[in-house]
Amino acid sequence: MSDEGQRLPVTTDQDVVRVRQAVRTFSVAVKLSLVDQTKLVTAASELARNTLVYGGGGEVVVTRVQNERRAGIKIVFADEGPGIVDLTLALTDGYTTGGGLGLGLSGARRLVDEFEIDTEPGKGTTITITKWCR
Amino acid sequence: MPLSSDEASRFADLLKEHAESLTARWVELAGASLRGRLSSAELRRQLDDLRKGFEQAMRSGSAHLTDEGSAELRAQLAEISGHRARQGFSATETAVSIFALKDAVLEALGNGDDAGTLRDYVAFSAFVDRAALFTFDSYVQVRESLIADQAEQLLELSTPVVKLWDGVVAVPLVGTLDSARAQVVMERLLQTLVDTGSPYAIIDITGVPAVDTQVAQHVLKTVVAARLMGADCIISGIRPQIAQTIVALGIEFGDIATKASLADALRYVLNKTNRSLNTKRTER
Repeated sequence: MSDEGQRLPVTTDQDVVRVRQAVRTFSVAVKLSLVDQTKLVTAASELARNTLVYGGGGEVVVTRVQNERRAGIKIVFADEGPGIVDLTLALTDGYTTGGGLGLGLSGARRLVDEFEIDTEPGKGTTITITKWCR
Repeated sequence: MPLSSDEASRFADLLKEHAESLTARWVELAGASLRGRLSSAELRRQLDDLRKGFEQAMRSGSAHLTDEGSAELRAQLAEISGHRARQGFSATETAVSIFALKDAVLEALGNGDDAGTLRDYVAFSAFVDRAALFTFDSYVQVRESLIADQAEQLLELSTPVVKLWDGVVAVPLVGTLDSARAQVVMERLLQTLVDTGSPYAIIDITGVPAVDTQVAQHVLKTVVAARLMGADCIISGIRPQIAQTIVALGIEFGDIATKASLADALRYVLNKTNRSLNTKRTER
């Protein structure tokens, strides 16, 4: 595992599992607490599945980051799918277009420390999340 | 000390000249360490191919195994180690097969006791050493890919439904719960409920590493389906970190009973049905 990060394609269900495993490995390496590990892995699982199901597949990049005080993990989920038309609606608990629980996107936001979403209809979606060690 | 080009060509001649006896001796030496797990005809075929590979590499004047002229030899070595790795031979056994060539060649060199022969032999020996190390590397690579395949198969392990107590069945979920597996789990559970006439089912998620919305949805659907059939479901194996994650995600299990451990869940069901593991308590 290198500090430059790990790039993983997301085109099948198996890839979502691989993303989870990679995120867990990184989480252990930066010594996130068990609860934070689980939260980050779960958030990554949600967003990777969104990339696959709604974005039509894409790419995930897991990187170790460091600021003045603490270490953390940054994960970028990028797809070139249809994008999100109404972001506010998409971030509403319980709203879904795919028959899920409608908690993946909104729930993932609550599971991490930083959550950034960049989307444009027809251009795709890029979501960046960061979790810091306490 | 790398092989000089005339050393290499001398060895190429040697490998060609003594082809018969060399291969025979090599098969004998390598076969001893394989303890008959590979038929000697197959071993002979492999090693004779390898001998030709070495001969060719020497003929092209390769001083190193990484040289262009050794490409063929490298491919042969990789193929043999891949073969051996899959058949369950150890890395040492594979490498020893290659090292055995040195002994065979030494015997073929005869009793030339001058310094030149010795120098030749040392250089050739170093070349064989690198070849053996190369098989080590390829062996490890093949084994790693085998392990990766097995890890993927593990993900697909089926989930049994077990009868835990009279009227109580349990589903220990282990690993990743994707849609296909969730479907299998649900079908098995519902069928077992009918077959055993059990009014209680415990779904244990201790072995599920990450409970995300998809896993939760599958579990919830299974619970609802079981309820439609008149069975009560209890979800057990909710560890502290999973509980906190579920809360943050905003998943609600509603009025479904959840317990930290399978034992708690069983105790809960037995209490509910006024039964106990301890007969004294039942009398109370």
